[in-house]
Amino acid sequence: MRKNILLAGLSLLACTAAYADHLVAIAGPMTGQYASAGDQIRKGAEMAIADINAKGGVLGQMLKLEVGDDACDPKQAVSVANAMVNKKIVFMHGHWCSSSTIPASDVYNESQILMATVSTNPQVTERGLKNIFRIMGRDDQQGLVAGSYVADHFKGKKIAVVDDKSAYGKGLADEMAKAIEAKKVKLALRESITAGEKDYSGLVSKLKSAGVEVMAFGGYHTEVALILRQAQQAGLKLTVMGGDTMTNSELVTAAGAASDNVLFTFSPDPRKNPAAADIVKRFRDAKVEPEGYVMYAYAAMQLFAQTAEKAKSTKYADLEKTMRAGSFDTVIGKLTFDAKGDNKLPGFMVYRWTGGKYDYVAK
Amino acid sequence: MALALQQLINGLTLGAVYGLIAIGYTMVYGIIGMINFAHGDIYMVSAFIAVTGFTLLAALGVSSVPLALLVVLVVSVLFTSVYGWAVERTAYRPLRGSTRLAPLISAIGMSIFLQNMVQLTQGARVKPIAPVLIGGFDLLTIDDFTVHLAYSQVLIILVTVALMLAFTFVINRTSFGRQQRACEQDRTMTALLGIDVDRTISFTFMLGAMLAAVAGVLVTVYYGVVDFYIGFVVGIKAFTAAVFGGIGSLPGAMLGAILNGLIEAFWVAYLPPEYKDVATFAILILVLMFRPSGLLGRPEVEKV
Repeated sequence: MRKNILLAGLSLLACTAAYADHLVAIAGPMTGQYASAGDQIRKGAEMAIADINAKGGVLGQMLKLEVGDDACDPKQAVSVANAMVNKKIVFMHGHWCSSSTIPASDVYNESQILMATVSTNPQVTERGLKNIFRIMGRDDQQGLVAGSYVADHFKGKKIAVVDDKSAYGKGLADEMAKAIEAKKVKLALRESITAGEKDYSGLVSKLKSAGVEVMAFGGYHTEVALILRQAQQAGLKLTVMGGDTMTNSELVTAAGAASDNVLFTFSPDPRKNPAAADIVKRFRDAKVEPEGYVMYAYAAMQLFAQTAEKAKSTKYADLEKTMRAGSFDTVIGKLTFDAKGDNKLPGFMVYRWTGGKYDYVAK
Repeated sequence: MALALQQLINGLTLGAVYGLIAIGYTMVYGIIGMINFAHGDIYMVSAFIAVTGFTLLAALGVSSVPLALLVVLVVSVLFTSVYGWAVERTAYRPLRGSTRLAPLISAIGMSIFLQNMVQLTQGARVKPIAPVLIGGFDLLTIDDFTVHLAYSQVLIILVTVALMLAFTFVINRTSFGRQQRACEQDRTMTALLGIDVDRTISFTFMLGAMLAAVAGVLVTVYYGVVDFYIGFVVGIKAFTAAVFGGIGSLPGAMLGAILNGLIEAFWVAYLPPEYKDVATFAILILVLMFRPSGLLGRPEVEKV
């Protein structure tokens, strides 16, 4: 009996070894409090891979998806990266949280695995790693756009800058504060909170007693929703300016009508790209709203497929050279990269949530 | 001054919620000497039951707030106490009599199990409810700052006080309370006297779960959002409160929880909020240095 199991195990092993698909991977918070972002990435990547495979795959071979869950925990991100290296993936789309992407990228770099990420912390591409490409903007661009907008459009109102102490949140908030102060506007408050709690009544009282009407926030939508709801309960009318994470519609379900007071910066909306209309429609037919990171994950897989086709190889050196030099048509627009690996797409736009939908603010 | 008063209200509310959960930790520790790490997740499950309840009632067209609250409270307490019972029956009872560390590990496992179960069945997304209890009292205004007392805060504080009174009565005056205290003192002797120890322990878990369920419902009303992860942070805070007040002591848990809530609220108001948790734990360590068994805890005396 035991012998049979052993044999079965061996034949299973043999099967996996004989597998000739290209293994591509995504990694991000599939569980944990930011799991909805991981869900968006997975939906986008799955659709892209199905589409690519339906057209015959890449270089005559099918793509196969591996999913890594780092729960936005840097330690777990490194072990996910090691596991992915062992599985011999050829391309990684991830991670999502900057604080996970940065340590994980060292592991991929050592094992020469190409990655495309949406993490926005400047340090992601500032460390001279050759294997990492960014298909999203950077927090210093984002903070500048957000901060200047606040300083220009809320003249005479008291402004606070608050962050959640994460690599992403603190980086963004610092840039926003810098941009606001560059416009000769004095900050009424500069605060930090602990993400993952439910009670922000202390922060709300403090904002209220300082007479703050506008809060520039570096952090995730879950905290903004709670702060807004608690501000409303305490009788404080608060306008929030946030970053790209505010694209998540959970913000609206959780904050209700108060979400109409949320402004944020994000890359130009890929759903508005006329070339992507067909894919947007197919996502909606599949009951997936292509919001937030869905289209980016789709684009990342397109980016890999096109790079591999152009390079006629899936070897790291060929892929890296082709990706840096080339120009790629994706659902989020034409992607080209600079020497650091940052993309040259047009930067950030200011959006506002209104009645559960977000759109560019009126100029 | 107005800010201080506002933070006093916020701190008491927070402390009351911690307190309801802390009781569960301290009671279980008292009776079987283990930390039930899954307790925070029991609270999370009850918050989910509350969200489901409120949503269902709204769909059925129940518009009376007191009625909705009462129904949800009863349903949540019933279901959650079953969870409390099941957790004890499956994860801890089979390990009774093994090393002290074994149930600790199975508690952590149970906590992960409950979190992932809720995540898989309910989804990872935040579950919000429409505000149930809107509005409040404006108490006074000093220098443009209006001290606001929300109805939901009043509800939390009143319910907590009422439950604590009822609970003290149950433990001190009823026959179940006597059995419970007997088990705490000496399980073998209690069994020799013909008391079903296993049943008493099960009841203790159910009682703890009921209080956590009330906390879950109140928090849902107050904050309006739940996710599968809320049990973790609150669980840690409540556990800290229980140690602060002296683990094993019921009034201690309540006192620790209220102090915990007040420290957090006042620290956030006047000092850098990023050090809030550092401050809470620093004060905890200081207290434990001078009173190793917590504020109201009694040192264990080995009787010969």
